[in-house]
Amino acid sequence: MQSTAREFPLRARRALDDVQLREALAKAQDGFVGKRQTSIDAFPEFEALRDRGKAIKDHTLAYLDVYLEQFEKAVIAAGGQVHWAESAEDAQRIVTGICQQAGARRVTKAKTMAGEEVSLNEVLETAGFDTVETDLGEYIIQLAKEPPSHIIAPAVHKTRQQISDLFNTHHHGGRLKTALREVPELVDEARQRLREKFLTADVGITGANFLVAETGSIALVTNEGNADLTHTLPRVHVAIAGIEKLVPTLDDAACMLRLLARSATGQDTSTYTTFVTGPKRTGDPDGPESFHVVLLDNGRSRMLGNRYREMLRCIRCGACMNHCPVYGAIGGHAYGWVYPGPMGSVLTPLFTGLDDSRDLPNACTLNGRCQSVCPVQIPLPDLLRDLRRQQFERGLTARRTRWVLAVWGAIARRPRLYHLFTRLGMGLLGRLGKRTGAFRRLPFASAWTASRDMPAPQGSTFQQLWKQRQRDAR
Amino acid sequence: MGDGVDRVALFATCLVDLYRPSVGLASAELLEQAGYRVEVPEGQTCCGQPAWNSGDTRRAKTLARQTMAALEGYGYVVVPSGSCAGTLIHDYPQLFAEDPEDLGAAEDLASRTWELTRFLVEVAGITGLDANFRHKVCYHDACSGLRGLGIKHQPRQLLGSVDGLELQELPNTEICCGFGGTFCVKYPEISTRLMDDKLDAIRSTGADTVLAGELGCLLHIAGRLKRNDEPIRAYHIAEILADMGDQPAIGEGDD
Repeated sequence: MQSTAREFPLRARRALDDVQLREALAKAQDGFVGKRQTSIDAFPEFEALRDRGKAIKDHTLAYLDVYLEQFEKAVIAAGGQVHWAESAEDAQRIVTGICQQAGARRVTKAKTMAGEEVSLNEVLETAGFDTVETDLGEYIIQLAKEPPSHIIAPAVHKTRQQISDLFNTHHHGGRLKTALREVPELVDEARQRLREKFLTADVGITGANFLVAETGSIALVTNEGNADLTHTLPRVHVAIAGIEKLVPTLDDAACMLRLLARSATGQDTSTYTTFVTGPKRTGDPDGPESFHVVLLDNGRSRMLGNRYREMLRCIRCGACMNHCPVYGAIGGHAYGWVYPGPMGSVLTPLFTGLDDSRDLPNACTLNGRCQSVCPVQIPLPDLLRDLRRQQFERGLTARRTRWVLAVWGAIARRPRLYHLFTRLGMGLLGRLGKRTGAFRRLPFASAWTASRDMPAPQGSTFQQLWKQRQRDAR
Repeated sequence: MGDGVDRVALFATCLVDLYRPSVGLASAELLEQAGYRVEVPEGQTCCGQPAWNSGDTRRAKTLARQTMAALEGYGYVVVPSGSCAGTLIHDYPQLFAEDPEDLGAAEDLASRTWELTRFLVEVAGITGLDANFRHKVCYHDACSGLRGLGIKHQPRQLLGSVDGLELQELPNTEICCGFGGTFCVKYPEISTRLMDDKLDAIRSTGADTVLAGELGCLLHIAGRLKRNDEPIRAYHIAEILADMGDQPAIGEGDD
């Protein structure tokens, strides 16, 4: 997917003005936050599980080469094939090749963020395959020709009204009279449309929530069961996943699944949890004839060698964005690439370049709530701050910010000068603002005063008053 | 109390020094009431947090070294701000992680530094206060204190000792008010949206006064309230605890 992160300020402002988006986001965030909290309140060992989840991922990342090889051997032993994709282009070429070799016409897809990352839909459609998203949210945004705005709830930005309209246009040629329809009715309609696609697909593409090194299995979780229909019905199953999705054992996968379901949707366990190991065996009643795993690097191994390795612990639960006030205000599209919110603000600059996404690390209040809910304890604010450091060192920080820091730094590092300047400055501002208590407008402060008054200082500095107090006491 | 331990350095923070010196005086009063000898080292200016958060490590280090030198030798350093205290406690050791010469001093300072309300409750063990404030108030948990330093029950416990004060809990108190240091001027529209959501929460409590332990958030809250011409007033918690609630609130003039 092409990044439009450069347009963040404009897109963010537009999002703020979008009344329907606001309604959709408020509802979604409240729901996610509340459900997660309820499930964690009922699960006192959650904090201990977070420690364990972090330890599992740290260990796996430290021995990633070993586990990747173990995984590959196990997949092959189970009758599957492993493909190594160093870049997005590699992944596109590999998946397209598999579909061509299978003589496929129709391809069904269960939601995969790795697939979004390498623009799989566009590539497959261009290559002439009828490509159908089967996750309800993904199906909706595929109809709307939009990218996902959330990593687990791709159509979270859409209201029921908008979805009713979309279905009316695409399923009924705009002929339906009822404008707003009930959720079960909409779901039923999508289900019926998709059923035919499931039954006629030649290739099914899924992601993988986890890759299990000891067995060569992939773990898939959904609440709709669409991933299972995607990988059992067609002749060929392709799973695409980032190399960081690996865990050593099934036991480790079980720990991660417990963290994932609670953090993502507040469920104890997702409705469908499936481990897939190899293609259909002799005697199996169903399953694909061939099973392929595409292991995607696309910049991940570079992160292994620096402090952003911590970001590779991410299990794509979406808790960080569900708890992010900025995401809650502007939604996912403003971030401009596949991954939005706090985790996206770290990943997008790392994957697509800091120059093109310079707003993302800065569009954060560093309030730290994302870190406090992250199931694998990624220090997101620290990583964002570190990206700011890189920006500063490479001269990418806004000129105005650098200028203010230089002036402030020059004064603040000289206490005598600082005390003199602040005494004079605050004395003046204090006198000017004494009557009204605040300023409507102030030179050089329009970014503040456009929407807020600037409270006037009391007029003396604390240092002044303190000295006065010391003198009076003598 | 042993030698030197009862000497407390008050690190007022630059915002308090410039905007709201009464918060510094109130903090000093409270510490003195608790039996400490308060000093305000003159070498203090800004802790360097804006530079650190903007990725300007060189300037952040310069200001950190200056602050560490100014606060050397005090048994305790008390700060009426969770975010500036957090900078001294968490950020300085990170900033100097690869500078062995300064790391020792940074860790030493971190071990002596306390946010005001936490110090009053957990170190000074304050049980009663000579203060009254006959108002319905709500308390805004500033994020850096709440999540960085575990400041949650301490301010509430202290407010419980203020005569006449009725505390109403804010809904969604975990959510940021949108100040975020330089964030509020880099992304003013997003910042203001977050503030408006916070004001909805504040209004829903029916409180006539909002308190916090963080002047940055308070200037932001008071600034938006004032722009909307709303009667809700904003004070730093130290001012109320030190019985200074009869002076003009933040952003309030003589008129």
